Amino acid sequence: MYDVCIIGAGATGAAAAYWLARKNVQVVLADKEADASFGVSKANSGIVHGGFHYSVSKTLKGKLELEGNRMFPAMAKELGFPYNQCGIIVVAYSEDQLEEVRKLYNQGIENGVEGIEFCSKERMYELEPKLCEGCLGGVFAPQGGVVEPYAYVFSLVEDAERNGVVFERNFEVVSAEYQDNVWKMKSASGKELSAKYVINAAGLYSDKVSAIFGGEEFEILARKGEEYLLDRLSPAYPTRVVFPVPTHTSKGVLVIPTAGGTTMVGPTAHIVPDKDDTDTTAPDREEIFELAQYMVKGVSKRDLIAAFAGLRPALAGGDFMIKISDKAPAFIQASGIQSPGLTASPAVGKLLVSLLEKAGLKMDDKKDIAPVPPKRRLREMSAEEVDELYQKDPAWTNIICRCEKISEAEIVDAVRHGHVTLDAVKLHTRAGMGRCQGGFCSAKIWAIISRETGIPVEELTKRGKKSNFFNGSIADVAFKGDSYETK
Amino acid sequence: MEKICIVCPKGCRLSISQDGDKINVSGNFCPRGVKYAEQEILDPRRVVTAVAPTDSESQPFLAVRTPDMVAKAKIPGILTKIYALRLKAPIPAGTVVLENCDGEGTPVITCMDLD
Amino acid sequence: MKRNEYDVAVIGAGAAGLAAAAVTAKAGASTVVIDRDVRPGGVLNQCIHNGFGLHYFKEELTGPEYAARMIRKATEAGAIFRIGSSVMEISPAQADGRRALTLYSKESGVEIILAKAVILAMGCRERTRGNLATPGSRCAGIYTAGLAQRMLNVEGKLPGTSAVIVGSGDIGLIMARRLTWSGIPVKAAVEIQPKPAGLARNIAQCLEDFGIPLYLSTAVTKISGKDRVESVTIAPLDDPTAERVIECDTILYSVGLIPENELSRKAGVVLDPKTNGPVVEEGVYETTEKGIFACGNVLHVHGLADQASEEAERCAESALRSIGMR
Repeated sequence: MYDVCIIGAGATGAAAAYWLARKNVQVVLADKEADASFGVSKANSGIVHGGFHYSVSKTLKGKLELEGNRMFPAMAKELGFPYNQCGIIVVAYSEDQLEEVRKLYNQGIENGVEGIEFCSKERMYELEPKLCEGCLGGVFAPQGGVVEPYAYVFSLVEDAERNGVVFERNFEVVSAEYQDNVWKMKSASGKELSAKYVINAAGLYSDKVSAIFGGEEFEILARKGEEYLLDRLSPAYPTRVVFPVPTHTSKGVLVIPTAGGTTMVGPTAHIVPDKDDTDTTAPDREEIFELAQYMVKGVSKRDLIAAFAGLRPALAGGDFMIKISDKAPAFIQASGIQSPGLTASPAVGKLLVSLLEKAGLKMDDKKDIAPVPPKRRLREMSAEEVDELYQKDPAWTNIICRCEKISEAEIVDAVRHGHVTLDAVKLHTRAGMGRCQGGFCSAKIWAIISRETGIPVEELTKRGKKSNFFNGSIADVAFKGDSYETK
Repeated sequence: MEKICIVCPKGCRLSISQDGDKINVSGNFCPRGVKYAEQEILDPRRVVTAVAPTDSESQPFLAVRTPDMVAKAKIPGILTKIYALRLKAPIPAGTVVLENCDGEGTPVITCMDLD
Repeated sequence: MKRNEYDVAVIGAGAAGLAAAAVTAKAGASTVVIDRDVRPGGVLNQCIHNGFGLHYFKEELTGPEYAARMIRKATEAGAIFRIGSSVMEISPAQADGRRALTLYSKESGVEIILAKAVILAMGCRERTRGNLATPGSRCAGIYTAGLAQRMLNVEGKLPGTSAVIVGSGDIGLIMARRLTWSGIPVKAAVEIQPKPAGLARNIAQCLEDFGIPLYLSTAVTKISGKDRVESVTIAPLDDPTAERVIECDTILYSVGLIPENELSRKAGVVLDPKTNGPVVEEGVYETTEKGIFACGNVLHVHGLADQASEEAERCAESALRSIGMR
């Protein structure tokens, strides 16, 4: 039996696991998907927001965003995930927009954002020479930046695992009962877990999970955002994250220098009825490129390498709901965590730990925290460094993904951390994320996963469930006589 | 009848008409087009290429072919026979691994070395 | 770190690289041919269909047979092979005009190769669904034609149970036949242009032979599927409302090839935005970087392997002249 069960291994749940791993409590992190960050946290803009979009005093998300923003540099240093504090600019292209930008700046000042600047036109072009003509001024938040969101979540989960947290993949909670001060939970496949306390960090499905536990009744709406990724050689790669002036529903379409070195444009924002609808669409694609091309020079569909869509789990009112449940016992809600949820997550995780304490769970700090093993990336190393690593492990000089320069050693590392789907290996290593989109490396990666895990290639999946790649072997194909019908 | 000649990458568009036993062909760039057209009308044939399973870990499947064309209708049956093979390494390129795959004496041979 | 010196370093052991190496080695230039794959031959090894060599060898060969002949030519001429080796970098020209290539391989770790002339013959890569941003789901079952070809022809794995080909490039057409021959029915090939991209003879022997419909001037408007592809929606360009849904669990993209020039670009080679290949002097094949030559599909996408080989031979002659060996 565990002290705490966290449901949902996205940024929120993973951050809670990371902080709880520092306490002397038994924790299980359960997710319905084949790996961490496979829901909301996988497909977002990867922005560490600057703390000026929302009021710190009037909204919980504003407060947690600013706290999270301040925690990111130290966490990136400790855990080694790709993070770049490149700064954020909001660009005004009209007098009206300049007024709105002034309000953002004032809110930033009120919030206590360090270093925030109201910029002249000249200053804006100095900060971002790739801005299109016609900018009248803007805001610069130097503390903002970009992070590889999945790499961040993986590094939290892996750190938690090193420090005793158990990660249950493919555990979709379908029922829960509270008996003798213990929650007994069952998964769709019949597995069982029990814990004294439960944290609901189930993202898009936190409404459903709340209902299973008899918690608050609410509805999570899925607000879809499409993103388009450009080749790392795109001339559009900006120096800062470039924001337009926000509308009342979203922060608008951004031009993002991703932490992985590619340029990304997006997202849009539309409520969709289906929480599994991550389809990209032609109208959004056209809208995004039109808006992005209006802001930054060199954005071109010619450089497109991938498109995806993510869903924001939005709660009525738009703020986060993080609290001890008023209805279900020993149940903590962490719901409605849409943007800036990624930025806020380190602070949300900490807040969840304090809520557990408030709810009655006694915990002390652990004495020994396992050190984070050095995260080595071939693409960041000199030939001399690589040769040194080769002496210990020849897999370092076997290039698997040519586009992103990923070695066999990095793929093996991902697999040995339990990432056995092609998508998880991709998100962990960046293999297959480059310009050929896995055309060359997929076959090699399937072979490595299969070799390391003993899972036959036919059973490997893209992202769990029924996302298999292959349907048997040609050695078993036999035709009925002279027709192309198979037996 | 219109047929695209498959003899070479040029892909001539052949017009074929039958006048009793006589087959008239036009649109061909070279004489091979006439031969192809006649064959396509009377007895359409194709080269078969495929992979055969092996016992080798580094080359679990090996490319094989028929050196000559076989009757089109017999191809599914020939493929079934190829897929049912279990080749044992080593086999040099050009080795016959199936004799008379089509009942007309055409063999199946390997296209590369199986080490 | 190992260091070796050669007169000529050829990057890529496919139809172009092998032909170039055979020429330079035969002329007496010490020649090394470098390839990432575990065996030389490049993409020819997975192109198990016939249709190669009619121009070059005056005989119709399969891809592996064509590769084997070229490998023999290069080997007999004395070329040295480095397989399983990736070239990570080509240095600027040194004082003596030579360039240093940095190679990574599982076998030898990091190796530096100094060469008087470098011949780029890395070939090309396939355009993908991502390049087109086809709307819809990112489920499993979407492959480039070349990846599916590799999985079927090298690993013997069946990519699905029923398929649609997007585009009409030669690899896609060849794969339509291969899938049919593997017991995977192909429902359609869908081409956005008014004319097919592949050779007429491949339309005949890979689609028409099996009654596979080819929809021209037609766009793929959506890919649907939760975990795995469930259907493709297509619509004619002149009537976007006339959509039709084709059920299938596999989609192969054959929508064009792009010369693979990331290494060239890093070395300072100027590229032609039209071909995506290096800018070279007509008939000389020397790029804007002195001593670096280019041939085959890395220069521009060729219709036939034979043409890539023939071009590579001319390129190799030119490289020999540049180092005073012709």
